[in-house]
Amino acid sequence: MSSTLLRSSAVRAALRTSPTKVARAGLAGSTFVRGKATLPDLPYDYGALEPSISGKIMELHHDKHHQTYVTSLNNFSEQMAEAKQKDDVKAQIALQPMINFHGGGHINHTLFWENLAPQSQGGGEPPTGKLSQSINDSYGSLDAMKEKFNAALAGIQGSGWAWLVQDTQTGSIQIKTYANQDPVVGQFRPILGIDAWEHAYYLDYQNRKAEYFKAIWNVVNWKAAEKRFQ
Amino acid sequence: MTGSSSSSLLLILLSLKFLHTTATEQAQQPFEFGEMAAPTYSLPPLPYAYDALEPYISKQIMELHHGKHHQTYITNLNAALKTQAEAVHASDIAGQVSLQQGIRFNAGGHINHSLFWQNMCPASSPDAKRSAAPKLVKQIKATWGDEEKFREAFKAALLGIQGSGWGWLVKIENGKEQRLSIVTTKDQDPVVGKGEVPVFGIDMWEHAYYLQYLNGKAAYVENIWNVINWKTAEERYLGTPADAFKILKASM
Ligand SMILES: [Fe+2]
Ligand SMILES: [Fe+2]
Repeated sequence: MSSTLLRSSAVRAALRTSPTKVARAGLAGSTFVRGKATLPDLPYDYGALEPSISGKIMELHHDKHHQTYVTSLNNFSEQMAEAKQKDDVKAQIALQPMINFHGGGHINHTLFWENLAPQSQGGGEPPTGKLSQSINDSYGSLDAMKEKFNAALAGIQGSGWAWLVQDTQTGSIQIKTYANQDPVVGQFRPILGIDAWEHAYYLDYQNRKAEYFKAIWNVVNWKAAEKRFQ
Repeated sequence: MTGSSSSSLLLILLSLKFLHTTATEQAQQPFEFGEMAAPTYSLPPLPYAYDALEPYISKQIMELHHGKHHQTYITNLNAALKTQAEAVHASDIAGQVSLQQGIRFNAGGHINHSLFWQNMCPASSPDAKRSAAPKLVKQIKATWGDEEKFREAFKAALLGIQGSGWGWLVKIENGKEQRLSIVTTKDQDPVVGKGEVPVFGIDMWEHAYYLQYLNGKAAYVENIWNVINWKTAEERYLGTPADAFKILKASM
């Protein structure tokens, strides 16, 4: 592990013990402070998901990519607030795709960090209870669901995400893919998401993305998914 | 641009199959291939060594990008075209329609990368100098004011892509009118609209730069200007869409 990793791990450890730290069980909303989005602390060290995901990828992904979404979201949110103040509807409409993209990037990554965990903290342990039951009802078994999920991931043409979602109308679960940073909103509730952008795996797996899709299940935090499932 | 239909893409692929008919003739009989075997495409060789674009694009990136990524688009395209030929033969119209998106994506990947390799060259080559494209550079200046403004506009377009995609300098011909435009396309959508000639393109998928530039895509966008093949750009600018796509005929 590089000194950079150690240093940021130490910072995170300090943050974790801070009394003002927001409880980690919440969703993306818990990372907004006074209207500003902030980069959430990772609930584990950058190197903790190895060998499924390297510390180098985790550090870049969290500290650079996610941070850029946060910074851009705050920037465009400010412009949006100005446009609203001026009753400039055209400007508001023009800004919406930017809010969708950068806000989506912030929401998606926040959920993603939460729904991963090192094996020492339960990563890869199969779901239990109602979520497990729902998966079995819909797919027959967890393995069958994973197979369908990986096929959905492999079928994404370009950048995007695959999600296990819950239909808020029927309560049933399904696998859905979303382009770029489109977030899971509206009729569906995000349960478990996997980032299929190339930056999520390229340093470790290059073009062999099927290997990444296979390996990531070893660090999926089903406990977090169970908390989202209603 | 992104609205270009799958059928116009198919037309290009089909017209390439018939080397002795013009694109116009082919346009009148686009779906008469039920009895034919599906066309098979193969990976066009790089016109330079894998390490020839260093230090701007690393050897490792070029090897993976050409040998793996481009090859995968071709493999998937060939499989989809074969399935399509079978669906056509079986008069399975639903099957044909369901194949269109996959064909568009993988054929787009093949077209885009084939054009991309050709519109780059080693920085030391005389073709990498803008003096190799006098007429094109003249119109760039007439359109954007000066080359610096053009590069700034191109950079802003490339960095504004949300997700995977490409940026292209496109010549658009409409009757006697002709203009240049900077166009971004998503995923592997190719530039195949009527009267459009892709002059040069820049791949903005993360696989195009990540191993070397990581999240620093602005540096990639700066550096790639050193390896643009202006001689090829000039030829495409002065030619027709069919001229630009001739590399694809060679890879069948
Ligand atoms: Fe990501
Ligand atoms: Fe590419």
